[in-house]
Amino acid sequence: MNLLQVKDEESAVIKSIPQGESGERLEALGLRVGKRIRKVSGMPFGGPITLLLDGRHFAVAHAIAGKIEVEGLDSPPQPAVEKSRLWPKFI
Amino acid sequence: MSCRDCSLCKVRGNKCPSISQDCGRVLLMGNPNVGKSVFFSRLTGTHALSSNYPGTTVGFTEGTMRYGGKTARLIDVPGAYTLDPTNEAEMIARRILNDGADVVILVIDATALERNLVMAMQVLEHGIPVVIALNMVDEARHRGILIDIPKLEEELGVPIVPTVAVTGQGLSDLIAKMEEAKISHLQPMSKEVRWQVIGEVITKVQTVTHRHHTAMDRIEDVSAHPVLGGIMGFLVLILGFTAIRFVGEGIITHVTDPIFENLWMPVLEKLNTMLGEGPVRNILIGTLIDGEIDLEQSLGVLSTGLYVEFGMVLPYIIAFYSGLSFLEDFGYLPRLAVVFDALLHKFGIHGYAIIPTLLGFGCNVPGILGTRVLESERERFIAATLISVGIPCVSIQAMLSATLGEFGMIYVAAVYGILFCVWLVLGRIMHLTLKGYSPELIVEIPPYRMPSMKAWLNKLWFRIKDFLYEATPLVLLGIFLVNILETIGVMEKVAKALSPIFEGFLGLPSATAVPIVMGVFRKDIAMGLLIPLELSASQTLIAVVVLAMTFPCIATFIILWKELGTKRMLMSSGIMITAALLTGGLMNLFFKIIL
Repeated sequence: MNLLQVKDEESAVIKSIPQGESGERLEALGLRVGKRIRKVSGMPFGGPITLLLDGRHFAVAHAIAGKIEVEGLDSPPQPAVEKSRLWPKFI
Repeated sequence: MSCRDCSLCKVRGNKCPSISQDCGRVLLMGNPNVGKSVFFSRLTGTHALSSNYPGTTVGFTEGTMRYGGKTARLIDVPGAYTLDPTNEAEMIARRILNDGADVVILVIDATALERNLVMAMQVLEHGIPVVIALNMVDEARHRGILIDIPKLEEELGVPIVPTVAVTGQGLSDLIAKMEEAKISHLQPMSKEVRWQVIGEVITKVQTVTHRHHTAMDRIEDVSAHPVLGGIMGFLVLILGFTAIRFVGEGIITHVTDPIFENLWMPVLEKLNTMLGEGPVRNILIGTLIDGEIDLEQSLGVLSTGLYVEFGMVLPYIIAFYSGLSFLEDFGYLPRLAVVFDALLHKFGIHGYAIIPTLLGFGCNVPGILGTRVLESERERFIAATLISVGIPCVSIQAMLSATLGEFGMIYVAAVYGILFCVWLVLGRIMHLTLKGYSPELIVEIPPYRMPSMKAWLNKLWFRIKDFLYEATPLVLLGIFLVNILETIGVMEKVAKALSPIFEGFLGLPSATAVPIVMGVFRKDIAMGLLIPLELSASQTLIAVVVLAMTFPCIATFIILWKELGTKRMLMSSGIMITAALLTGGLMNLFFKIIL
């Protein structure tokens, strides 16, 4: 499964990242294999994916998110930052 | 290095305080957005632009600082995530480090220790004396992150000082500790080993506890929401531009207009009587309208020249940069990049390009300089061309209401609408036709922070000063040249030569050629030149749009040339002129059909 397929607010562990320049950028920012991330949201119309890693937000282009393979965590342990629901799910 | 080679002294006319001794070289390094620029302005006492946005300081700034009774050059190295360069800023950072230094001040963000350690370790492995400033310790504590500093010192083998740069806390300790800077015991290692070491260090020194959600976190959540984030983005822009208009108009009505009318006009009138008829009066004061000096239309260097610059444009510049600098320091701009990525992606530029584009609304010059944050040449070309064609700078916007306001706000709105459509279409066309590669958006989104008032005012002052230095000579020179060229009849010839294009294709009287050609100097004077021509509403609209789109003003043109190189600049100019004429022609056709 890739990052696009992760549901909002669910956690996952990065299994592989793309090779080449974008992979290097991801690594430099700390987005590397074995890291646990939490998907915050995906912007509509093929917009970027926002995710949370060690309490910091990152945005990754749609095309790159599709190339980041992850493994979902069935029952995510208590995340470092608790997310409160601001609006009903339907918005 | 010897004092003789120190460029700073050359700049300051040999007034280096350490003329008798050798200058030291100190580097200020760290990831983007860790508060490096704040350190720089605090350590040197001079001011550098500091902001809450990754990558605004490509290129580097330097100043002088004193530590341990010595004077040293302090170099603000561009923020880098790694020294295995993945972009231009990181390449420059590596190059500056390779040139060597007496001491490196390494700024580390305590709230993101693990990520910051990547570049930190690379610097430590370089075998150079380092002292670490562990910055934002207050924010880390607030987030429930505890760092065992003595243990971290032991692991890294260099002194570490906890700091809060925005308040100045820990700065004097840092300067004192610079003399104890050490070469770390860490040896060069492979990427894999380094990550392993970082993992071990983190488990030894850092504990993270739970913390509560703050109000800022809630706004952060809203801005990342797929629907609300988008709505918020547009609201911020609309509110921002409304506020700019409101503040700009307010300054004009309550400050600059009274100053010009009550203080400057009497001086001009006296000068007018003193000079009497003749060419000197024509250049300095200009033509009298109904026997009186008209600040907007007389077109003298001292009348219209000063009024356009200080009375009409400067108020908007102040309003614009207050708003932009606030959003920048607050940390909203990277979020705007996320909101706009999907749209800009269709143009072959990623969401980051929204930041130079917004800067362009102030003045195209910083806008085009700002395209340096984009990674590939193709992206920079597309973004720079789009800014010079479709983004009206404050000068243009301020003059819009002067020329079109009398016909109704709908005409002013039409200009924005048309420019936006051109921006969309041209962006799409360039993406489909230009060869090359455009990288994708990968960006850290810094947490929201309340900007420090001092840093914000500093930045505002520097931006306004830059504008005045750039624009004033050009406005005055432009008006001066128009008057000279007018007197010797060159303008008439130009107008005649271009009349087929203007009369036939654009449906404008040939005299309109003069202001449009003059637009090369300053768009604001050019628009002012349109007023006396008494064009109809639709003609003014066409002229204004063509003027806004064609050739940028001379300052933008020079920057475009410097940034893109001759070939690409010519290509960009070609695109601009073609797009402007096509749009003008289409508008003319449209008005012919409906009227």
